[in-house]
Amino acid sequence: MTSPPPNTLVPAHLEADVLVIGAGGAGMYAALEAAKGGASVILADRSLIGRGGATVMAQMTVAAALGEQTPDHWEHHFADTLAAGRGLCDERLAALLCEDGPQRLREMDAWKVGWAREDGHIKQAQAPGHDRPRCAYVDFLSTGPAVSKTLRTQLNNASGIRRIGDLTIVDIALRYGEACGATALHLPTGQAVTLAAKAVVIATGGLTGLYRRNSASSNMGGDGYALALRAGAELIDMEFVQFFPIGHLAPRLVGMDPIMWDPFRYKLGGKLLNSEMREFEADYATKDARSDGTYKLTRDLATYAITKEVEAGRGSPAGGAYLSFQHVPEAEIRKAFGPVVDRLAENGIDLAQRPVEVAPIAHYHMGGIRVDEMMATGVPGLFACGEAVGGANGANRLSGNAITEAFVFGARAGRSAAERAKQNASMWSADAAKSAIDLLRSASKRDAPNPAAVIVKLQAVMADDVGPFRTDAKLRSAISAIAQLKADIGDTPFASVEAFDPVRADWLDLRNMFAVAQSVAVPALARTESRGAHQRDDHLGLNDAWSVNQIVAMADGDMTLRKVMPTTGKAAA
Amino acid sequence: MKATLSIQRGALGATPHQDTFDIPFEHGQSILDGLRAIRRSMDPSLAFRFSCINANACKECMMLIDGKVDYACTVRLKEGMTTLAPLPKKALIRDLVTEIAPPDERLMLRS
Ligand SMILES: Cc1cc2nc3c(=O)[nH]c(=O)nc-3n(C[C@H](O)[C@H](O)[C@H](O)COP(=O)(O)OP(=O)(O)OC[C@H]3O[C@@H](n4cnc5c(N)ncnc54)[C@H](O)[C@@H]3O)c2cc1C
Ligand code: FES
Repeated sequence: MTSPPPNTLVPAHLEADVLVIGAGGAGMYAALEAAKGGASVILADRSLIGRGGATVMAQMTVAAALGEQTPDHWEHHFADTLAAGRGLCDERLAALLCEDGPQRLREMDAWKVGWAREDGHIKQAQAPGHDRPRCAYVDFLSTGPAVSKTLRTQLNNASGIRRIGDLTIVDIALRYGEACGATALHLPTGQAVTLAAKAVVIATGGLTGLYRRNSASSNMGGDGYALALRAGAELIDMEFVQFFPIGHLAPRLVGMDPIMWDPFRYKLGGKLLNSEMREFEADYATKDARSDGTYKLTRDLATYAITKEVEAGRGSPAGGAYLSFQHVPEAEIRKAFGPVVDRLAENGIDLAQRPVEVAPIAHYHMGGIRVDEMMATGVPGLFACGEAVGGANGANRLSGNAITEAFVFGARAGRSAAERAKQNASMWSADAAKSAIDLLRSASKRDAPNPAAVIVKLQAVMADDVGPFRTDAKLRSAISAIAQLKADIGDTPFASVEAFDPVRADWLDLRNMFAVAQSVAVPALARTESRGAHQRDDHLGLNDAWSVNQIVAMADGDMTLRKVMPTTGKAAA
Repeated sequence: MKATLSIQRGALGATPHQDTFDIPFEHGQSILDGLRAIRRSMDPSLAFRFSCINANACKECMMLIDGKVDYACTVRLKEGMTTLAPLPKKALIRDLVTEIAPPDERLMLRS
């Protein structure tokens, strides 16, 4: 046994025309389109292919103007998307999402995803914010698994796509300011791997894992935003994190997604009660400056109402509100949700008998990497797509738009990356990976804080001080707390062992999470108004002077912030 | 309530050993909740696969639970002893982690 320790070996090296980072809906679509465009592709995921992100977890709907349920046109979808975005949408991106959406949903249909049908046509449900029934779905909360499976089957059948799971991308490799590949950690062995590519696509999904209560998978700490920032790309609208008001809180519910109460509420009209078992929605519908005066609360307002009830000491035992269906006859619940009722029973939940507890949870990120309509970032050779991209949804997202965004932007990014690969020779040089390799090799066993516990601390800071309701004091406190936690973990990774080391993985996650947390908190502090998902208790109401996007970038290790006017004008498809 | 998890540890090639952890829990919590709690408060080096946590969608958390193949995120913690081991028919990586991806979705490197 005289082999050298693994961290001194020459890193394994792989090459392809296009590297796609992240195998969710966006990344899988990007890989398929890049291959169709003639490129050789590596599709890498830190988890397993098609399983690690939000796509496989989605339970509800996908929005597109298919016009199957009722006549529709993509411009109606576009108008709704812009209205929800409260003046901040990048109109080119929003138009692309709405215009290309139908084509992608039909392609998925041809690939046998199994959209629910009625009278021979694709069934489309109406979700809040959409002016007509526009949202396709796969029955019994299976949209995400069906979408993932369908795309994985396409990947299996395609040629020229090498799929690699258990490979965490640590940094984008740059040469003369252009992306030429990436450096990765191979989890099973703990070895560094370098990847050369003529074009790199970031499809790493969102950042909601930064928050204590979230609907995220374990791979959603926002890696892609940090990769982009360090590579010199810009981020946009980072302060806009969407909270889902009635995320499941208690009793412990396993085998079901925490955002599953929404369809129950639409279909059966659940009531929100406080600890006095009193309905409180009406209190907020009339007395608060945020109210639109109607009784039924929008998502923002429901989040506000629950948060304020808890603050006033009227929260449920677990720190949220009760959601009650006790007024609905049992047979009706059964009729609406069939087998789901049995899954609830396995969890000891009987809606006809007892309420559940719910609370706002971080669910989606409107902001993200700034791209043009070809999904190109400002860094030549670097593209982005899916939830990792910011701009299409502005200050708030319509339900159903995120999966459409993953399909449409994924396909577009794949095509753009293949084009770039055709026109450019490889710029790869091992030097481009040197700093990341050095970082990975500097990992050491040492007496250090438990990184899994540090992640929990960071999530608490983000939830308490950069949550749905923000103030100057809270945001300043968060910014310094994040800096302190960052200092605590130092500049070189902790390690425990070589093979599948969660300590090393957590440290690398924290490195990204701190950068991303700051890139949310800093523009949130600057934006002294309330708009969409960004609500300031000390600056109520929309301020026209703030009808601008904020851009976060990194210069010489320091974060910079500037304002730009929202991009108007539709994209040419 | 208190659960005791007896977990098979060790990497491929090493002789496996058993580590035992006592963890407090609330009714309804999953084995995965317990494993994550162990990482946060006792041993961050404990390795197990998981991704989706609640949805039972990713299917990554399969392991042997009291001798039966099951999902760590859907089986509940119970009072007393529960034994956990890696999937027996898959190549071991370390602790509870095995090679579960199809061969054409992995990178083979010598460790
Ligand atoms: C529970 C839940 C339910 C939802 N329901 C709906 C819905 O009904 N309708 C809707 O429109 N939207 C819904 N959304 C939002 C929507 O699912 C997501 O926005 C969308 O699926 C994102 O797709 P994506 O491909 O961009 O990212 P993801 O599907 O999240 O995939 C990102 C992938 O990147 C990988 N990755 C991350 N970092 C790295 C790295 N450093 N190296 C390698 N790989 C990496 C991850 O492992 C993951 O596999 C839901 C979201 C959640 C969480
Ligand atoms: S953690 Fe995803 S199925 Fe168990």
